[in-house]
Amino acid sequence: MFRSLGFRGGIHPPKYKNPTADSPIEVLPPPAKVIIPVLQHTGPCASILVKRGDRVRLGQLIAEPSSPDSAAVHSSVSGVVLSVANFPHPLGAHVLAAEIENDGQDLAVETAGIDTPWKEAAPQEIVRKIFSCGVVGMGGTGVPAQVNLLPPANNPVDTVIVDCTGCEPFAVADLRLVKEHTDEILTGALIVRKILGAKRAIVVADSSAADVASSLSDACKDEKFHDLSVALVRPKYPQSDEKILVRTLTKREIPSGGTPADAGCAVHNAATILAIARSVLSGTPLYQRTLTAGGPCVSTPKNLLVRLGTPVRNVLEFCGTDLQRTKKVVMGGPMRGSAQAELDAPVLKTTYGVFAFDTLVPGVRNYNCIGCGRCTRACPMRLSPAYLMRFTDKNNVIDAQHWGVADCIECGSCAYVCPAKINLVHFMKLGKYRVKNAAASRAAPGAAA
Amino acid sequence: MNEPVSESPQPLLHLSTPPHIRQSESVHTIMLSVIIALIPAFVASMVFFGMRALALTLVCTAAAVGTEALLCILFRKQLSTSDLSAVVTGLLFAFTLPAHLPFWMGAAGSVFAIAVVKMAFGGLGNNLVNPALAARAFLMVSFPAAMTSFTAPAHGTMFGLSRALDGVTEATPLVYFKNALATGNFHPLDLQDAIGSLLVGNVGGSLGATSGIAILLGAIFLLYKGIIRFRTPFSFIGSIFLLSWIFNGTGDVLSTEAFIVPLYQVFGGGVMLGAFFLAADPVTSPMTPWGRILFGIGCGVITFLIRKYGGYADGVCWAILLMNFCVPILDRYCRPRPYGERKKRE
Repeated sequence: MFRSLGFRGGIHPPKYKNPTADSPIEVLPPPAKVIIPVLQHTGPCASILVKRGDRVRLGQLIAEPSSPDSAAVHSSVSGVVLSVANFPHPLGAHVLAAEIENDGQDLAVETAGIDTPWKEAAPQEIVRKIFSCGVVGMGGTGVPAQVNLLPPANNPVDTVIVDCTGCEPFAVADLRLVKEHTDEILTGALIVRKILGAKRAIVVADSSAADVASSLSDACKDEKFHDLSVALVRPKYPQSDEKILVRTLTKREIPSGGTPADAGCAVHNAATILAIARSVLSGTPLYQRTLTAGGPCVSTPKNLLVRLGTPVRNVLEFCGTDLQRTKKVVMGGPMRGSAQAELDAPVLKTTYGVFAFDTLVPGVRNYNCIGCGRCTRACPMRLSPAYLMRFTDKNNVIDAQHWGVADCIECGSCAYVCPAKINLVHFMKLGKYRVKNAAASRAAPGAAA
Repeated sequence: MNEPVSESPQPLLHLSTPPHIRQSESVHTIMLSVIIALIPAFVASMVFFGMRALALTLVCTAAAVGTEALLCILFRKQLSTSDLSAVVTGLLFAFTLPAHLPFWMGAAGSVFAIAVVKMAFGGLGNNLVNPALAARAFLMVSFPAAMTSFTAPAHGTMFGLSRALDGVTEATPLVYFKNALATGNFHPLDLQDAIGSLLVGNVGGSLGATSGIAILLGAIFLLYKGIIRFRTPFSFIGSIFLLSWIFNGTGDVLSTEAFIVPLYQVFGGGVMLGAFFLAADPVTSPMTPWGRILFGIGCGVITFLIRKYGGYADGVCWAILLMNFCVPILDRYCRPRPYGERKKRE
């Protein structure tokens, strides 16, 4: 039916997608207490509006965006604010968060979509609605949606790409989302295309997820969606990265350090598109999301609809996790997720998966680099991770920069294939940090010394 | 304030950077695959050169592994013999030796390979040149007579022909070539029958390098497993074939003779072993795609030049060693353009 598209590099992890690919999305019962950080996106923290003792409702704004590139935060339960304090954040630091006790009643604030039908509304009006609902990139990036919906005027966007491939091996909740809410997601694609004034909108599916692809192409036969096109990509990680998607589908490259808009594209993940559609059509703020809970320690892997701020422990216990055997808890996916120090870390807008592992892999550096070049073959960005590792290790910032360490998308393909089990992603992150520091100290020599 | 949400205690959690899943392939399994790939050549060496080949191989391998273990203990390093790279070095080194080399020379070469070429630079991954080849070079300059006194295989002749050739004394195919070209007494058509012996390996030469078919079997296995890649070995063999075809000494590129010469050049001597096992050694070959092609071509050109104009009959060892030193500069100039790199404006 379709020709499926591919890209150079990438890896074929074993078929981890299977455990939950066919399980419908279940609702995780709202927890007794949620912890909602004011930072769940890139950009500045939102400013907190509630204080200890306040009664809040489901969907009530509890932190307002502090700047145009910040995002609103809403309560995911109704109840009483127990405290506003610094809580452990899944990305490591302690971040200001509201701890809210759930009264179990789910008293919701009244919401409404935009006043005029979206087809006639002005783009600014629609974006304002999306902004007020706190929608961010839910595929893990956390870029507030309005940032990608209002590109600079000199970069007109002609292609909207809706990524329905699922973020990572294992984390397949997005695929279920596409199957169960096809119409809403396709409507969302049309809304985004209208906002950006783009010529075309492409919905991308993984050619190995035949059911998703067929439900998308069936839906596109409908009168409403006939001008959307469906594209198939070959199953290969990291196909769903925005830079890779843009090149696979349009043959354009996003310039180094740029955004998809620089290549005339806008890439949105299916979950984000769904959140955009719901905020525009019914004004629903982003207070819950779907994620995949799985991993070797989880007895019944599930796709779950989870309230934001739910502690990871609740998610894992709901799926029957053997916590005694668990050695590592990861939020996000197995390839890119961050390992958690505490089981009370809350689910964020960007948490597309929660995984419990019983092994410490990778952890230890066992061998020297043997220069086999597998990382160079696997890198979808055509970088040479082994050389970047050597440059970073020797603090050779100039060469690290010349070899493009800043272009690394941290997909983890290099470390996945490395036979010496070197933590290459760690070196990439360190290299980026050192390059940035060196640039900063060149700009202000006095300050760095 | 931070009382746990539920009663079960929190396990100690491990932190690390992603990814959290890894491919099962490791340095150990790669080396194991290389050892498996060397088995056909090993068997061939025993068939053609008998138990003496087996003994020499065992001595070299044992010396290599023993040296590495001893050095690890001496310098209080973690024992690194379990990565099997010393076994590979010992095997490959033995395969480049004449079958009747005294045992002590083989052992000395192994010690040199591991102690001086590999461990002194920091162990596996840090050596500049291939240890097996450097050890062979060490023996070549130390004991040139012993290193060039090849013997005929048990059931064959030095040259692979049952009948006598004019002016051919007991010489390996490559030595014959060199002499024939130098004296002008060169008749490639006479040698047609010997191609079969060269392929099978029933000729005089280094104990593990004579059998083209056995090495190809191992190479196919390694290529299938993705442990070696096509670029280096094929550009190496390709450039030798091309050069010795064009400069074949008969003054004609389309005659039958003109094609016999490159076949001799590719299957005689150490080209097959060198291309698939020694040049393709990951540590001492480039990582970048174009770097690998240039590396292979460089090996081929230098081998050809040594064979045609140099003092040695076979130049594979020297060619690869020389190119090993060029690896950093090859990679530096063959840096792939990263995705999205802007064109330089200034």
